[in-house]
Amino acid sequence: MGEIIDGFIGAIQLIVTLDPEVMDIALRSIQVSTAATLIAALIAIPLGALIYFYDFPGKRGVINLVQTLYALPTVIVGLVVYLLISHSGPLGFLDLLYTTKAMTIAQVILVSPLIIGFTISALTGLDRDMKNTVLGLNAPAYRAMLTLVREAKFAILSAVVLAFGRAIAEVGAVMMVGGNIRHFTRTLTTAISLNTSMGEFSVSIALGIILLGIALIVNLGVNVLQYRGMRVKDD
Amino acid sequence: MKKVTVALSVLVVLFAVVFTAGCITDDSEPTELLVATTTSLFDTGLLDAMQDYYFEEYNVNLLFTPQGTGKAIASAKNGDADVLLVHSPSQEAAFIEEGYGVNHRGIAYNYFVLVGPAADPAGVKGMKPEEGFTKIRELGTAGTDGVLFVSRGDASGTHTAEQKIWKSAGFDYATEVQGTGDWYKETGAGMGDSLTTAGELGGYIFSDEATFLKYKSNNPDSPLEVVIAEGDSLLNRYTVMSISPAKFPETNIEDATDFTNWLISEEGQEFIGAYGTEEYGKPLFTPMNTIADSTKAPFNIDSTTPVAVPTA
Repeated sequence: MGEIIDGFIGAIQLIVTLDPEVMDIALRSIQVSTAATLIAALIAIPLGALIYFYDFPGKRGVINLVQTLYALPTVIVGLVVYLLISHSGPLGFLDLLYTTKAMTIAQVILVSPLIIGFTISALTGLDRDMKNTVLGLNAPAYRAMLTLVREAKFAILSAVVLAFGRAIAEVGAVMMVGGNIRHFTRTLTTAISLNTSMGEFSVSIALGIILLGIALIVNLGVNVLQYRGMRVKDD
Repeated sequence: MKKVTVALSVLVVLFAVVFTAGCITDDSEPTELLVATTTSLFDTGLLDAMQDYYFEEYNVNLLFTPQGTGKAIASAKNGDADVLLVHSPSQEAAFIEEGYGVNHRGIAYNYFVLVGPAADPAGVKGMKPEEGFTKIRELGTAGTDGVLFVSRGDASGTHTAEQKIWKSAGFDYATEVQGTGDWYKETGAGMGDSLTTAGELGGYIFSDEATFLKYKSNNPDSPLEVVIAEGDSLLNRYTVMSISPAKFPETNIEDATDFTNWLISEEGQEFIGAYGTEEYGKPLFTPMNTIADSTKAPFNIDSTTPVAVPTA
């Protein structure tokens, strides 16, 4: 119990004094997970829309596979990416191991299925009449797709926020491919894991609070956007 | 509608700027030396202090990746390290034998200790390590209340040293220790985590002295105390070696050679010896240069001859 209270006090101290080491770690977590989420969104939203839009044999199977990959274990993603980019691996020449780029790649793989799947669900959930209207406009396919994605944007945005949450909170993959190197690849989650194993429980709690704080700010930001969006729509 | 789009694009641009800024600072560092190392060295904080100092003085970034000795060696074999900083004589010897390691030097030592609940339910305080292990096993397999042994179980240097003691006490580790009942628990975790587990369970655990001191200072209420600290099999020797450029031509052998020579230099040895004195009242690691001749038993390692970049 004492550790939890110490953790809260420690967190406030670390934040108020802008502790350089903690700021460095927190900023890296935000950078890596934001980049991973944006890249994943750029790949996954169009992919989800394409899967939704076109009928092809095995479509049901593909959607099932995507949904199964929501449960992709982070350590497995880390291990596979590690084996690929290890200096003995097929992509070793790219010199990616133990860099923030490698961590970003691992997180893109981790969260893309989530965004693909939720994009498909969001489009499926659109109002049928509206869909028929858009499809009946005789516009080129990409136009129609764009219109539908725009209609479903708030649901898709929620998926992106969820993906960001999974990315910033995961520890297995960034630990494996980043190596938890101080000043270079240490993130909030790997620092929490390290401090816990060092017995520095209150520092871990403090870092955990900072991580939750970041998630809270992102959520509030999105809520404001959604709220404004709804109001504009009602006007 | 428009407002949302504008706000969204502002966010995207902001994120992009933040990310590219991160990439730029990431790459503009001076030279980097990748050091695969063990959790028992890392968890004490020595290497963080060393990273800062070495960067200031020599403009080389020491990138320490803390992992168990087993994993550290595996990643070095994949070419994913320039230097190994470990403490497992048998694994080190095999690594060199297979041609992966060169320029092997001793840098420091301390002792392993058997830690257990202050009440000492197995009554092993002050025994020789082999005697103590035998007694705990005897009482543990008989189901004596409160007699537990917590093991790292992770092929780390500490775990290897523990297995060696079981062996010299006359037990086959795989059949007579592992899987012989609830008394023997393998955590599969690092030293600090395993100490936490042992503290919660009130069990005996084999640990390096430095990590235990650190654990104890963080957890003054823990029931764990040192029960056995004397015995030849308790020596814990830390060594450094470079990854052979013959195996991996891209390895940073120049910085690795300089770093090794720094570690065995008077300056490096003093740095290691001074660490922790303030916080724990005694140094966590004894530098190797305090030994008159470390090439003799039980150390068996050169710790004074400077190394050179190997010529192919």
